[in-house]
Amino acid sequence: MAVITREDIIKPENLVYKRTSLLVDCALSYCPGCGHGTAHRMLMEVIEEMGIQSKTIGVAPVGCSVLAYEFLDIDVQQAAHGRAPALATAIKRLMPEKYVFTYQGDGDLAAIGTCETIHACNRGENFVIIFINNGIYGMTGGQMAPTTLPGMKASTCPYGRDTEIMGNPLKITELVATLPGTCYVTRQSVHTPGNVRKTKRALRKAFEYSYAKKGLSFVEIVSNCNSGWKMTPVQSNKWMEENMFPFFPLGDIKVPAAE
Amino acid sequence: MAKVKGAIVINIERCKGCEVCVDVCPESVIAMNKNVNTKGYHYAMVTNEDCTGCTNCAVVCPDGVITVYRVKVPTEVV
Repeated sequence: MAVITREDIIKPENLVYKRTSLLVDCALSYCPGCGHGTAHRMLMEVIEEMGIQSKTIGVAPVGCSVLAYEFLDIDVQQAAHGRAPALATAIKRLMPEKYVFTYQGDGDLAAIGTCETIHACNRGENFVIIFINNGIYGMTGGQMAPTTLPGMKASTCPYGRDTEIMGNPLKITELVATLPGTCYVTRQSVHTPGNVRKTKRALRKAFEYSYAKKGLSFVEIVSNCNSGWKMTPVQSNKWMEENMFPFFPLGDIKVPAAE
Repeated sequence: MAKVKGAIVINIERCKGCEVCVDVCPESVIAMNKNVNTKGYHYAMVTNEDCTGCTNCAVVCPDGVITVYRVKVPTEVV
């Protein structure tokens, strides 16, 4: 049997996976090992597979992913801090034929933008909210966020979050699932290959449901913040599995009723 | 039965050395290079020929620096 060399395998006809061309060919501004990069790629792969590049409008938040418009090769509008769902509401109402999504972190969506988020969900606007939950304010230096776990250390709670003084973490995904306006609410993660593929399927379903005017789709992605948590990327993924997942269990929380 | 053989190509300059791909590779193909790229990161490198082209590394890579190729190698029936 002939020996197959590396050069024989690396040919265009044998290609099985490459970075999607819908992500702009530049280095992402995220820290090494950050889940944002994977989430961006899955989002753009879904848009590529559905063939909706020219029909999609994204709304970028304030936070680590503030530069999303630099990386996503689609139309993206930058919103004021926390106001992405309000802006997406306007875009979707003016252009109902477009696929509209917001991409927000936990500080943007669950702290300053709680009002916009809850009311957009309650009105049942037909767009997708992608919520990256890493339990910390990553961009500003690791301060405590609404989703910081009890006992978890952050720069503004260096001895761990004390729920007596600082309150309890906010499970905003469970909260919006109780509202009648949402059609699809799910929590996923992007730290293992299996979870990344599940996230991609969830994103695709979310776009399809919201485009079919079923209501608002809410996809939470539990992500790591290795810089904010002061860990290596691999350690932070393990920590996330051990500590974040018991509090934020993965899986579908609300799915549309079968037709 | 056909055997599957794969190969990965790593974009060294875009690699940030997070080592997530090293952790998920079922065949332990990937390791970190002692040398650094122009950004100063230790980049991922291929260490052996055991790659099956499963795409795990490419799927979890936050920066999408890995491209995967795969071929089926027919084995002779005895």
